[in-house]
Amino acid sequence: MATIEARGLRKDFGTTIALDGVDLRVEEGRILGLIGPNGAGKTTALNAILGLTPYQGKLEVLGRDPWTAREQLMRDVSFIADVAVLPRWIRVSQLLDYVAGVHPRFDRAKAEGFLAKTTIKRASKVSQLSKGMVAQLHLALVMAIDAKLLVLDEPTLGLDILYRKQFYDSLLNDYFDGKRTIVVTTHQVEEIQDVLTDLMFIDRGRIVLECSMEEFEARYAEVMLHPDHVAGARSLKPMHERQVFGRSVMLFENVDRGQLAALGEVRTPSIADLFVAVMTKDEKSDVSGQRSIGGAK
Amino acid sequence: MTAQPNPPPLFSGNPEVSGLAYYGAPTRPLYWSVWRELWENRSIYVAPLIVAAVQVIALAISTIGLAERRRAVLLLDDPVKQRAAIEAPYDMAAMMMIFVVFIVGVFYCLDALHGERRDRSILFWKSLPVSDLTTVLSKITIPLVILPLIAFASIVCVQVIMLLMSSINLLMHGVSPATTFAHFPVFQNWLVMLYGLIAIALWHAPIYGWLMLVSGWARRATFLWAVLPFVAIQILEKIAFGTSYFAKMLQHRLMGFAPHAFGFHGGDHPTIDSLAQLTPGRYLSSPGLWIGLLAAAAFLFAAVRLRRYRGPL
Repeated sequence: MATIEARGLRKDFGTTIALDGVDLRVEEGRILGLIGPNGAGKTTALNAILGLTPYQGKLEVLGRDPWTAREQLMRDVSFIADVAVLPRWIRVSQLLDYVAGVHPRFDRAKAEGFLAKTTIKRASKVSQLSKGMVAQLHLALVMAIDAKLLVLDEPTLGLDILYRKQFYDSLLNDYFDGKRTIVVTTHQVEEIQDVLTDLMFIDRGRIVLECSMEEFEARYAEVMLHPDHVAGARSLKPMHERQVFGRSVMLFENVDRGQLAALGEVRTPSIADLFVAVMTKDEKSDVSGQRSIGGAK
Repeated sequence: MTAQPNPPPLFSGNPEVSGLAYYGAPTRPLYWSVWRELWENRSIYVAPLIVAAVQVIALAISTIGLAERRRAVLLLDDPVKQRAAIEAPYDMAAMMMIFVVFIVGVFYCLDALHGERRDRSILFWKSLPVSDLTTVLSKITIPLVILPLIAFASIVCVQVIMLLMSSINLLMHGVSPATTFAHFPVFQNWLVMLYGLIAIALWHAPIYGWLMLVSGWARRATFLWAVLPFVAIQILEKIAFGTSYFAKMLQHRLMGFAPHAFGFHGGDHPTIDSLAQLTPGRYLSSPGLWIGLLAAAAFLFAAVRLRRYRGPL
């Protein structure tokens, strides 16, 4: 059983189509990054997975229909919707009491252990904590829940770089055990490049690229070209071309690295660079009425 | 996405077992959700406490000259009038408390399903294995169970303090405090109070249910959405037909419990002298009660359904 399985997932808000027939399969033990521009349908997809919004098409999360079985599903699924959803009036101790009182898989001692590493006081109200501390608190709660799936929607938005780094470090070191599944959306893609096992780009309600990080490294290469090889490189049909300090940098898909090495310095592109390449190419192909990039279905 | 063979589940258990946890400690979602409401809405107990404090202060002041007034009361020839005069401040304190918790309940309900959407915390609550039904039930428990209990406890406390203060005062002025107890059956009155609070809560259930539904539905101005439709219907009826049946119906919903739940003597003193005046049988067989409870159930059911679709504002 896949952790998440969607077939023809659709969702519209009146005339706006948020999800346009998404097919998706996330296996156990993966860390999937869902990347897309604003309004691409990322949050709608996550909301459907979490049972927060009705949808058309078939969707199963841990074998359940999230819309009809949210309560049962939430025993095995945790999510951090964004940084500021913890109620501001609640005290840290009350929050621990409440989650311990309603969640069968919450390990209070574990949460207390995580909190002991921070400066968060048990008697503080959430409204008295800084944004970074609220994120730490929420993460401590979530990491103390023995869930099978963790969904993170922009979990580090608005946090400074120290908190962001710490957030993903804790997640990998103290939470991820190779058996849980994590789905994360973020705009700070550079920071999660080394965290992910799988990558998915979503745009205008459709998946425009999906691959594992091994495939990503094998499939895409970026070359900083020697000035004399620019024309030759263009004949290999790069996905994207940009200028860095007056030199051309081209991104290639499925072109032999040995062949590229002759043209300049080859390296694995960043997710951000690939994202820009796919999104701008997507716009161009839209003009000609074609949309087939990467692993799009 | 690359497929990997599924390793055996970390914890084996039957995920179909609902209610009780299949791993870890047993949970009590409703119990903790009621606590959560009390943590968030401290007015639930702070407002009655403040009212009680004000009442105690006012009563302390009113004990000045109590002995003279008591002597005058004891000279009255009609024992009904004697009792009414002695009992009046106690009843007044109780009525005030009942009115205050009603107001607290109204404003609590108007915010119950609105506040969590306004501050986006609904996304956090929905990330926990607590159903919409449990959430709505925990919230309606406040006006139907918690507030009446708090009102009862406050009234008992205030009256005990009143009795102590007046007894000390009377003793100091050479009047026997027994004159109070002879005319004012304290424990019987508390029983009447408890019965009355239950009758009122059940009678008002559809009001709370309606307010909760509006708080889950309206994007803003919950109070206006809750009240204006009724005002509009009244105006419409008055102008179109020149009648005011709808207004009578509303009045019946607010105050109609009394003639069903109690057998009053009529006349100038609608007081309860004996437990025989409690008429639970008549109350429980009044259509008004059951129509109201059905309406309350319908409103709450709609509120539960609605919360499923609701996200942050």
